[in-house]
Amino acid sequence: MTNPERHMPSMTSGLLAVARRDLLLAWKRPGDVLNPLFFFAMVCTLFPLAVGPSAEQLTFSGPGVLWVAALLAMLISLNSLFISDFDDGSLEQLLISPQPLPLVGLGKTISHWLTSGLPLVLVSPIVAITYRMPGDVVLVLMLTLTLGTVSLSLLGSIGAALTVGLHRGTALLSLLILPLSMPVLIIGANTVSLAAGNETYSAGIWALAAYAVGTLSLAPYATAAALRISNE
Amino acid sequence: MWKWFHQLASPPHFYRIAPTFSLVLLLPGLALIAYGVYAGLFLAPMDYQQGDAFRIIYIHVPSAYLSLMAYMIMAVAGGIGLIWRMKLAHAVAASAAPLGAWFTFLALATGSIWGRPMWGTWWEWADPRMMSELILLFFYFGYMALRGAIDDTAKADKASAVLALVGVINVIIVHYSVTWWSSLHQGQTIMAKEGPAMDPGMLYPLLANIFGFTLLFGSLILRRTRTEVLFRERRTRWVKEMILAPEGQR
Repeated sequence: MTNPERHMPSMTSGLLAVARRDLLLAWKRPGDVLNPLFFFAMVCTLFPLAVGPSAEQLTFSGPGVLWVAALLAMLISLNSLFISDFDDGSLEQLLISPQPLPLVGLGKTISHWLTSGLPLVLVSPIVAITYRMPGDVVLVLMLTLTLGTVSLSLLGSIGAALTVGLHRGTALLSLLILPLSMPVLIIGANTVSLAAGNETYSAGIWALAAYAVGTLSLAPYATAAALRISNE
Repeated sequence: MWKWFHQLASPPHFYRIAPTFSLVLLLPGLALIAYGVYAGLFLAPMDYQQGDAFRIIYIHVPSAYLSLMAYMIMAVAGGIGLIWRMKLAHAVAASAAPLGAWFTFLALATGSIWGRPMWGTWWEWADPRMMSELILLFFYFGYMALRGAIDDTAKADKASAVLALVGVINVIIVHYSVTWWSSLHQGQTIMAKEGPAMDPGMLYPLLANIFGFTLLFGSLILRRTRTEVLFRERRTRWVKEMILAPEGQR
């Protein structure tokens, strides 16, 4: 006699399957991954053109500019988090699956971070060096961006889930997410500034880590609730 | 107690009793504000550092307090609506948002007018309270924009309730992160601080205004909720019967 429960996939397998599927989709459409990166590089190019290219100016504004550009790049990539699944109906299938919805949403968010946050972290040193940032500060930048983009992906998934079926989604999503993401920007950019000024910056790293852990434990539930509401 | 609670949650019942409650809050509220404004502007002693400019606190402090209070009401009402599926709670949340946004704007505007003679600038980016108040205003804008973007009222209610609840945690974090941030940038302005003890002549009008504004806010929110209820229930029988009833029986 077979035990019916043995055919029930485990909870992590659902999470991994969703994440793997989204990564595969991203692999087939590399433009979705590359466009936010180009956007990031372009925003970082705009600032020296607008504010002036002097080395003093660049070292001073570098941490802030890089962080703002990263935040905006994350924002434009968030729009597509649930939209294609919503359009082709697979989101509804995910909603009625026996897997817990917070974990399904988390799987999608993990894949989103791997295809938007992580590439930003990897590209940031190249841009940072053009802003005359010293090597040890670049490491701090990468660390803060890693922790910060995790929070941004998770916070963004709430906003993306709330706006998924709406026509005027893009502008609305920015309006919802930007106030939520201000703590990440404040702490992230200022931690890099402190490191650049040879001051102690570890408090900022811990605060970002705490924020990332907090959003990791709470945001999936809000995302799941929002997904259910959007798909009623 | 529960019976009363259920009765209150019934839209027709609420629609009938709201004007009375609104008036009960409005009259003492206006009286307190009248006393507070008069005493604050004419009777309270001049501040030894700030002169007459400090008198703007009689509007500024109540507005700033209510901007946060309205957000809490909006979030708690949204939470009640989500958990107990109480329709009236969502109507309260919907009517609290524009009021809260106005009080936030009022707090920012009065703060900025006060800042001109005191700090020599209309806007001080390094002041943490101004920054967190501004971000609070953005939260209100996002909330109202989300409500406006969803056509289905029930869906708009639930989605905005989730947003308001997420926002509550974040408003607190924003406040602390902005405070931490401004401590890095200090040195541009030194705030003229009153001593810890405030002259009673200054304090009582302020307390009167805080209570008065709160009562006024309560009265306004009841009125707005009443209109909101009428709009939401426009297709129901009790509204039709009420509209068709002769003038005296509404």
